[in-house]
Amino acid sequence: MSGRDHAPAVLEVRGASKRFGGVVALDRVDCVVRGGEALAVVGENGAGKSTLMRILAGVLEPDDGVLLVDGEVARLRSVREAQRRGIALVHQELSLAENLDAAANIVLGREPRRLGILDRRAADRLAASALARVGLAVPPRTPVASLGVGARQLVEIARALSAEARTIILDEPTASLSRAEVDRLLALVAELRGRGTAVVLISHRLDEVLRAADRIMVLRDGRVRGELSRVEASRDKIVTLMVGREVAAVARRATSPGAARLSLRGLRTEAHPAVAVDLEVRAGEVLGIAGLVGSGRTELLETAFGVRRSRGGDVLLDGATLPAGDPRASARRGMALVPEDRARHGLFLPDPVRRNYSMAVLGRLASFGVLPARREVALADRLAAALSVRPADHARAAATLSGGNQQKVVLGRWIAAEPKVLLLDEPTRGVDVGARAEIHAIVRRLAAQGAAVLFASSELDEVRSLADRIACLREGEVTGILDASDAGEEALMRLMTAERAA
Amino acid sequence: MRKALGILVLLLVVAGVTALASEGFLTAYNLENLCRRTALFGILAVGAGIVIMAGGIDLSTGSVVCLAGCLLPWLLVSEGWSPTAAVAAVLGLGVIVGLFQGALVAWGRLQPFLVTLCGLLFYRGLARGITDDQTQGFRGGFDGLRSLATGRIPVPGLTDLDAFEGASAFAIPAPVASLAAIAVLAAIILRFTVWGRWLLAVGRNPQAAAYSGIPVAWVTLSAFAAGAVLSAYGGMLFVLDVGSAQPADFGNFYELYAIAAAVLGGCSLRGGEGSVAGIVVGAALMQVLRNAIVLVERIPDNVEYAVIGAVILVGVLADELVRRLARRRGGTLRGAA
Repeated sequence: MSGRDHAPAVLEVRGASKRFGGVVALDRVDCVVRGGEALAVVGENGAGKSTLMRILAGVLEPDDGVLLVDGEVARLRSVREAQRRGIALVHQELSLAENLDAAANIVLGREPRRLGILDRRAADRLAASALARVGLAVPPRTPVASLGVGARQLVEIARALSAEARTIILDEPTASLSRAEVDRLLALVAELRGRGTAVVLISHRLDEVLRAADRIMVLRDGRVRGELSRVEASRDKIVTLMVGREVAAVARRATSPGAARLSLRGLRTEAHPAVAVDLEVRAGEVLGIAGLVGSGRTELLETAFGVRRSRGGDVLLDGATLPAGDPRASARRGMALVPEDRARHGLFLPDPVRRNYSMAVLGRLASFGVLPARREVALADRLAAALSVRPADHARAAATLSGGNQQKVVLGRWIAAEPKVLLLDEPTRGVDVGARAEIHAIVRRLAAQGAAVLFASSELDEVRSLADRIACLREGEVTGILDASDAGEEALMRLMTAERAA
Repeated sequence: MRKALGILVLLLVVAGVTALASEGFLTAYNLENLCRRTALFGILAVGAGIVIMAGGIDLSTGSVVCLAGCLLPWLLVSEGWSPTAAVAAVLGLGVIVGLFQGALVAWGRLQPFLVTLCGLLFYRGLARGITDDQTQGFRGGFDGLRSLATGRIPVPGLTDLDAFEGASAFAIPAPVASLAAIAVLAAIILRFTVWGRWLLAVGRNPQAAAYSGIPVAWVTLSAFAAGAVLSAYGGMLFVLDVGSAQPADFGNFYELYAIAAAVLGGCSLRGGEGSVAGIVVGAALMQVLRNAIVLVERIPDNVEYAVIGAVILVGVLADELVRRLARRRGGTLRGAA
């Protein structure tokens, strides 16, 4: 590993600053990316990671500071220009064209052609070799829509490789991957690095960062707070730099659970209609669903809430059956769902944060159908304080908040509704360590107040630390329910991957 | 609100230029006429705007205007209905048309563009069929009902009461009262009621609205119903104003004037935003433009559509530029760290 420090910098920023309105997103940041090295950038949401990534990838230009590509000062005015200089960004929200096949996506924008006509065979050849390099064994003509999230990510990386990117920037690449897919991705990172490609990795998952990165750069409030080599880095050191303080573990099981609040009786989802699910969550209890991608976690929650049609079975709240497929009725009876994809299903992004908070309780705030503005402001003040949303200014557009704070806003909407049953799908997806601990504390608090909480997460760590009981899901079927206190990672994995009983 | 101000400035500039270029612009007769037309089209534009804010689009406005405009005199004259019954029937028809289109969008999951495009063809054909393509008029009667559109409300201190019947005195045309009532009501509903907030939420992000327990289908349905009722009411006023309606071309292209006014007034076709004040100013701008083309002699009348098209384009472009500038300084979507 020695000598890597002296490898030439392929990409560098010096003294980069970026300001959005009154908010300083980046403050004189220096960052060097070297060939054959994996650099991880970590930090809480709002620390400036994404802004730095966007500057490196040509999406944004810095207000101050210079950018160097291969040691020469350069201006990247667009993503296309960055691509031409060998820099590829694999975005957090995947950006493949779902209506096209893998090959078409891999050569998108650089389609091989003969006499102006698409040369599909040449495209397939290019795609096949790129897919082989990322170790994805699918034919080039596979429609992207038929691929899972993990495979799509690999297609994006294949696209970058095929464009001969020498720097690949991965923005939260593992946020929605299963464990096996994460392993494959990290192995690929190691391989790319071995071949001399520079990899920049943004992740909230510190164990992955510690496994994959040669160097770890920690950002907080737009500044570089420290740089650690793989040898000197440890989880505690990184967290301390990120947060600037110690993070306390969440206290669990403050109260003993009461009567059953939520019961799923023989519930069948459209994704797995052959399987009937029975689950019971009691008042004051937090039940976690652990399952791999494709196990039907999201489908189960959405069917219980009613945004998806069920294929049979009942959902009972405090013993009363809910009308099927009617989210409004579920919400009115005291059920809430915090969806996995907050941008699509949760937020009204261009609208003020305040309106996002009040959306589920408008009827309660209003008198005779008229909304008094001051009640809405009071609600927003209360929630912003209770959830410590930053910045606290709730007249801002929700789009201007970082991921963790956006998640708190969606959560706040349902806290305002004082739900009896709270369903959460990936409660901390794309959320940093500090905000994650805060969100967990909020969820525990709601349970302590008597709510029944049912959540699904792809992160075993999260399931084990937040839940009282854990239900393992495999292909739509509950393969076992364990007490969190005696649910070892291995036992859970075995249930999640178990063969179905004959 | 800021958008409404921007479009107001544009309106004043166009009006100022026209006043300088033509002596006929600032006459009592012309201004009164301008107010009347603005009010009539403004009613349609508020309807179009409500549908657009809910994330839809209504292309059937002009044909609903035609249907209402032909049926009202037909019911009164040919069928001998009482004015109350005829007005109720026409407005009721508007509700039915709106509920029909809204249901196809909300529960049938059809695209608003297609549903209302079919409506545009269907209601026009229906009107022509019912009336056998004959021009429908009031035959000089029904002055009481017609005063809803032709009436003039004197303004104390401004209206010269001695010359009231003549063209030299300015009075507020009756449709302005209709528009004022509709606009104030719509603005209050959109800004201060739960239904208004739901409407904007559904227009902004229907999926998030459904997850928030908002009755998305009902909100959509009601928006289309409100739009069609306003079209029918507008169509009624149009025919009461003019006195007769020819089924083949009455209300032709009015949906485009309505949509253009709404967009100029700050409604995004993506849904979820817009202000009633902006829409009304947008409708006024459209009418001042048409008026300017007629009055200013250097502009030949037959380029009317080209001028209007160009001005809308400039207005929308300016808005987009301002938005981008604001984003660069304020930091939104792309700027979130």
